[in-house]
Amino acid sequence: MSAVYARRRIVNVVALGLSGVATLIGLMFLVWILWITAQSGFGALKLSLFTKITAYGADGGLSNAIVGSLIMDLLAILICAPIGILAGTYLAEYASTTRLGATIRFLNDILLSAPSIVLGLFVYVIVVLPINSLTGGAISFSGFAGSVALALIGLPVIVRTTDEMLQLVPGTLREASLSLGIPQWKLTMQVLMRAAFSGILTGVLLALARLAGETAPLLFTAFGNMYMTAHPLDKMASLPQTIFQYTNDPDPALHAIAWAGALLITLFVLALSLLTRILFSRKKVSYE
Amino acid sequence: MHATSAEPLARDTEHRSRADARHDLIFRLLLRCCALIVLAALLGAALSTLWGGRDILFKDGLHFLFSSEWNPVEDKYGALAPIVGTLTTSLIALVIAVPISFGIALFLTEIAPNWMRGPVATAIELLAAIPSIIYGMWGLFIFAPFMASIEPWMNDTLGNIPLIGQLFQGPPLGLGLLTAGIVLAVMILPFISSVMREVFRTVPARLKESSYALGSTTWEVVWDIVLPYTRSAVIGGIFLGLGRALGETMAVTFVLGNSYNITASLLMPGTSISSSIANEFNEAVGLHRSALIALGFLLFVVTFIVLLIARLMLRQLARKEGR
Repeated sequence: MSAVYARRRIVNVVALGLSGVATLIGLMFLVWILWITAQSGFGALKLSLFTKITAYGADGGLSNAIVGSLIMDLLAILICAPIGILAGTYLAEYASTTRLGATIRFLNDILLSAPSIVLGLFVYVIVVLPINSLTGGAISFSGFAGSVALALIGLPVIVRTTDEMLQLVPGTLREASLSLGIPQWKLTMQVLMRAAFSGILTGVLLALARLAGETAPLLFTAFGNMYMTAHPLDKMASLPQTIFQYTNDPDPALHAIAWAGALLITLFVLALSLLTRILFSRKKVSYE
Repeated sequence: MHATSAEPLARDTEHRSRADARHDLIFRLLLRCCALIVLAALLGAALSTLWGGRDILFKDGLHFLFSSEWNPVEDKYGALAPIVGTLTTSLIALVIAVPISFGIALFLTEIAPNWMRGPVATAIELLAAIPSIIYGMWGLFIFAPFMASIEPWMNDTLGNIPLIGQLFQGPPLGLGLLTAGIVLAVMILPFISSVMREVFRTVPARLKESSYALGSTTWEVVWDIVLPYTRSAVIGGIFLGLGRALGETMAVTFVLGNSYNITASLLMPGTSISSSIANEFNEAVGLHRSALIALGFLLFVVTFIVLLIARLMLRQLARKEGR
């Protein structure tokens, strides 16, 4: 009897100990990756990164890639935020119980983890190729196509958060407004949107954090560019794509620049995701 | 007199409510169109990649799937090597990530003191926020050399085990299927562990307390009560991680080594669907490009099915809770 008891206790201690080890392994990888990025990135950080373009190679900087990333990320958010917010509103306010609503919600969750490289191919086929044949080959890859690809990655994030946030708004608010006789579109735009504003903003920021680090869909939509451009129909450089290119290069001087770019992206993305956490936790408190 | 003053008012009200109804209808249609864009995006991704890959699919048909020859010079393309590479790396990732994720979820729901749970959970979730290109760089510059340094040791120990020994024999390159699988495992850890953590918390306290009252240890409560209760959602979470691993591009492209040879050793370089597309698409023309887009279609279909299973499994637990 005591042998069984001892065995059970040993199994328990070993299993719980291993779970602690598993947590340590997870944390170790986080610290390892962030430490390497910070160490290699800060070591390579210099002013010329922000003032010189990538055409100079190892003597150059990343200014055109930084500008390209900012333009494409912003344009992508401008495309996916309105569509995503309205689609999320439809799910929460008009289709929370219908079959169509359930289907869209379900498929949106799938789009959320769909492979980004396939979304890049999709945009290549529906944006890059048509523009190419319309302009007779003058324009093919473009910053605009890159933005559309990134927008497809941000879209499901915004749809989902908007949907969830609107469902958190108390039903009494809707009933009170409707009883005053205002039409439903006014109720949605002027009452519910305002009540769920910080939650919806969280979704938009989350989407930005998600799409800012994406590389795969940009390779065959925006393509990349050695020179500075702000025109959305030009081929456009971006930080992730430049990092990809420089990492593939054998020149260690380019690796250093790539690490500096990697640090910039990581800082941006981590700052955004921590900010959304703060916004979101505040929101939770205000409802309790 | 009464009639004349009330009439315009009534007309006015009627006019307004008609306008309101019209605006509501337009608003509703606008919203529905936006929601349908989500459907259009998924359907479009499938159809456009199928369309883009039509040349190779018409030419080779099913042979495309089972041919292991990938030779741009002779314009011959078979998808077997990328498919095998994608499946192998994802499988390695699951074998490593599932037990570790389970350990993390167990630690955070049952063992860790309250003050530790929030920060540790946030830290683990930050792993999901790191862009995949960073994983790729870290994998190539830091982790691959580390793997190269321990691979001779693997050859001598794991390589001598009967049956599975062959998997761990090979030159210590550092790049290869095993390295890619481990990097993928770290990437999908946060997804699997956060699903497990969330569903473990939904187990009614009454069930757990009853088991403790009968004298169970913490491990027995988790293994015999918590895990069976949440089984479908846990499997859903694992499939969610699998879906991520199958489609991941940047983290594996650098460390796979880009080789179309199918070998029995995990230490040898390989390729995957996503890394073939990322590496070759911009230089490819004609049939080569068509073959790469067809690979994209294949990847999309496989991940769609995996994610579909994941979501269906996750929904079962939500139903049980009456949500």
